[in-house]
Formats: sequence, structure tokens, C-alpha cells
Amino acid sequence: MKAFRILGRNIRDSFKSVFRNFSLSLASISCITITLIVVAVSIVLSLNVNNFTELIEKDVTIVAFLKVDITKEETEKVYDKIITLDNIEKENVEFRDKMDISEEMMASSDKFKSFMQDWTREESPIQDTYQIKVTDINLIHKTAEELKEIENIDVVQYGEGMVEQLVSVFDAVRKGSIAIVVALIIVTAFLIANTIKITIMSRKREIEIMRLVGASNMNIRLPFIFEGLILGIFGSIIPILITIYGYTALYDHFGGQLFTQFIKLIEPTPFVYLNSLVLLVIGMVVGMFGSARAVRKYLKI
Amino acid sequence: MDIIRLQNVKKTYKTGTTAIYDLDLNIKKGEFVFIIGSTGCGKSTLIKMLYREEKPTNGKILVGGLDVGKIRNGKVYKLRRKIGVVFQNFQLLQNSTAYENVAFALEVLGLPKEEIHSKVIKVLDLVGLKSKAKQYPNHLSGGEQQRVAIARAIVNGPKILICDEPTGNLDPKTSMEIMEVLEAINKLGTTIIMVTHDIDIVKKLKKRVVLLDSGRIVKDYKEGEYKK
Repeated sequence: MKAFRILGRNIRDSFKSVFRNFSLSLASISCITITLIVVAVSIVLSLNVNNFTELIEKDVTIVAFLKVDITKEETEKVYDKIITLDNIEKENVEFRDKMDISEEMMASSDKFKSFMQDWTREESPIQDTYQIKVTDINLIHKTAEELKEIENIDVVQYGEGMVEQLVSVFDAVRKGSIAIVVALIIVTAFLIANTIKITIMSRKREIEIMRLVGASNMNIRLPFIFEGLILGIFGSIIPILITIYGYTALYDHFGGQLFTQFIKLIEPTPFVYLNSLVLLVIGMVVGMFGSARAVRKYLKI
Repeated sequence: MDIIRLQNVKKTYKTGTTAIYDLDLNIKKGEFVFIIGSTGCGKSTLIKMLYREEKPTNGKILVGGLDVGKIRNGKVYKLRRKIGVVFQNFQLLQNSTAYENVAFALEVLGLPKEEIHSKVIKVLDLVGLKSKAKQYPNHLSGGEQQRVAIARAIVNGPKILICDEPTGNLDPKTSMEIMEVLEAINKLGTTIIMVTHDIDIVKKLKKRVVLLDSGRIVKDYKEGEYKK
């Protein structure tokens, strides 16, 4: 009962002092707001870059060309062997008949049509293919080698060399963007903690008086910790609104893709809400720890 | 019975200055003691050690049964709840009313609201400030602010009241009014230790007077003995 009473008073006092020290509170809140907006923008950018690189990597396809004179039974046998491999998406193994391929080619150009239209199935130099997607793009080379071993597969192609380069560039971009976000969060934490520290330094006297009348250290610290929490929550309101409404508006404006259909944006729901939660938690935690650390200095522990 | 006991107390600051040398002092329950002496004689250090703002380098200090030198920083509040302290510069929360300043000392103890209210009103009445409970410190005169500080120091019913030059910022008339309040509190059974420069007050009140010089007690006048 007594503990609850003290807790209740602490929360009430925290709200009071946020408003009684309004100008300094406002300084802290603005600092939190601005830094969290930067963090929000960087998180949105970084996650979208991650998303888009992953989508592109998912699109990479291995094409296995079958031997020209293959029978239907042998073709099916090849399929059975392909799906026993580890690193392939089993539901995404697509057979393409050579006649379908020549139809497509003829449709795309009259030149092709002029000499391809007379080809029968037996004459056609075009090969039947299996188009295969892998689950882990880093193992694509190994999977391609395994495919080559399968009987009746003639050639295996997946854009060798270029894919590896793409993967390594994307990997660097992802790691770089995450590093930037983490660095920004750390800088934000320091900035917020320091602003709150200044707020509390101006109340050194108040803390001394609290000690004087017999307030325990916990008793002194709690209202300041709550105050930090309140400042953190207030400071994250605008960044959260910007994330939710700003990102959704951006997404709608561009129709879900940026410049080309290859760069797909992440869908706003639940993305913006998760992001908002992250911002709120950063604001609250940094606010609390910032003020707890600042008060500590005056507690003579 | 001694409520305060100092044995062989020595205080040397980190800078190497020694403020108090081998000091012995016993104060009985209910006594009113003035501590006087010229600036730099160690009065403030002595009194700061009583409420554990400073720690003795050597010796033992017992205040209300607590060994002050052995209290850890995190536990100082236990001593502070047993004593009241009043300063020359009042040390009031400027953003809180007179009532809130006094109530604050009880809120940290977690008392119920009704109990806090009745105690605060009672003590504000005792110091003659009941009508100004809702005023903020900067709307009160120096004497009134000191009364609020005294009310805050005694609202918790401490056995000991430590006063560090409580009349230092006040004119002679207001000073005497504050002394009347302190005497009234003393008559209710609270032990009072007061550091002062104001010899007129000391002469008028005819209490026990401890004269310090260069960190040593040079004379301990019994009640009514001090005339100089």
C-alpha cells in the first residue's frame, strides 16, 4: 500500500515537473523528436533497401537445358532428380517445352519467325528447359554443379559471375545500411541523454533538498526516471506520425514501387506500426536511462 | 541521556586541511545548544558531520543511536528522517507552495494524504504560517521562508533539529521571531543544535554555548553562564 502510494506520487510529480520546467522539457522533447525522425527515415530506407535486394535475389533463376533428343519419360526422370536436391524451391521448378519457347521467340521478332516457323519438334535446335529457383542464393554455384551431374541435363546457366557479384554488392549495401542505423541510434541515445542531463542539472538543488528531507535514493530517482519516460513518449509522437502517415502517403503516391517495377516498396501495414513501436521503445528507454544516469551523479552513491 | 555523542572526532578534508581536532561533545536529550566561534573555526564542518553531509576521518559520532560515520551513502536517508535540518538560505523548492514544501518531507515517507494534510496544517500553525500555506516561496518574506523551512524540518516529529545559521539572512527583529519559534519547538522536547554568529541572540536566550576555535572546543558554557 505504502509502496503504491509512493509510486503514485512519483508519477504525479513527474507529470508536474514536466510542465513546471516546461522550457527545458520542450528542449528535451524537441531533441528527441528531431533525432528520432532521422532514425525513422534511416530505418525506413534501410529496410526498403534490404527488401528490394532480397526480392531481386529471389528472382535469380537457374536454367537447366535438357539434351535435344530427350524422350518424355527421361524428361520426367530429370524432374524427379531435380527435386531431390537440397537448395531448390521444390514448388518452383518449371518445365518449358521447346515448342513454347520457339512460339515466344517467333512472336517477338519477324526475323526469328522467317526461319523458325518450319521447324518440327525433331528438327528444332532449341532445347527443353527446367527453370529452377534456389532457396539460398549463396549456394547457387554448388546447386548448379549438382544439376550438371544429372543425366540428360546438357547445360546449366544462372548468370555465373554476375550473380555472385550482385550478391556481394547487395550484402555490402545491407550491412552498410544496418551499420548506419545502429550508429544513428547510438548517437541519438547520447544526444537525448545529454539533453536530459542538462534538464536535471538545473535541478541539482531540488535533488539536494530531497536528500535533506530523507528521501531515499530510489525515491529521488523514480520521479526523474518517469520524467525521462514521459519526455521520451512525447518526443516520439511526431516521428511516429511521420512514419505512419508519411510512409503510407509515399507508398500510395508511387503506387508501391520506386521508379521501376524492380524496386518494390514494403507494404505500409504492418511495417509502419512495427517501426513506430521501435521508435517509441527507443524514446522511452533512452529517456529513462538518460535521466537515471544524470540523477546518479547527484546521489553520491 | 545523551542524544548526540562525539568521541575523539577528527576531520581532515581531501585537500589536507584539518577542520576538527580530537573533539568530544555530549548533548543531552531536550537541550538547546549554541555553537559559536569565528569564521573557519570548524562550526559548519561539525554540524555537517551531524547530518552526515561529511564523514568524520577519525572518531565516533552517535546521533539518536545511529553511528553516523558508518552509514553508507545509500542509507543516509535513514538518519535524515530522524533529524531536521534548517539552513541560512532556507533551501525551499521554489516551484512548490509552502504547503507542498512541508508536505514533501512526509510524502517521501509514504504517509496517507489525510495524515499528511493534518500534520502539515498543524505544523504551519505552530510556526504561524497557516494563512500562507498556498504561497510560493518567492512571495514570502525571508522570515516567513525560514518558518516554512523550520516547519518542514519538524513536521516529521524529529528528536533533533540542526540549525545552520538560521537567522544569518534575517534582520534582528525577524531573527528574534524565529528564535521564539525555535524555543517553542525546544519546549516540546526537541533537542536543538544551532550554529550562529549572532551574539545578541546567544546572550538573550541564555542557553548552553559551545565555543569553537581552530577546530577545538575552547569553552563549554552551561546554561546562563555565557555573558561576554
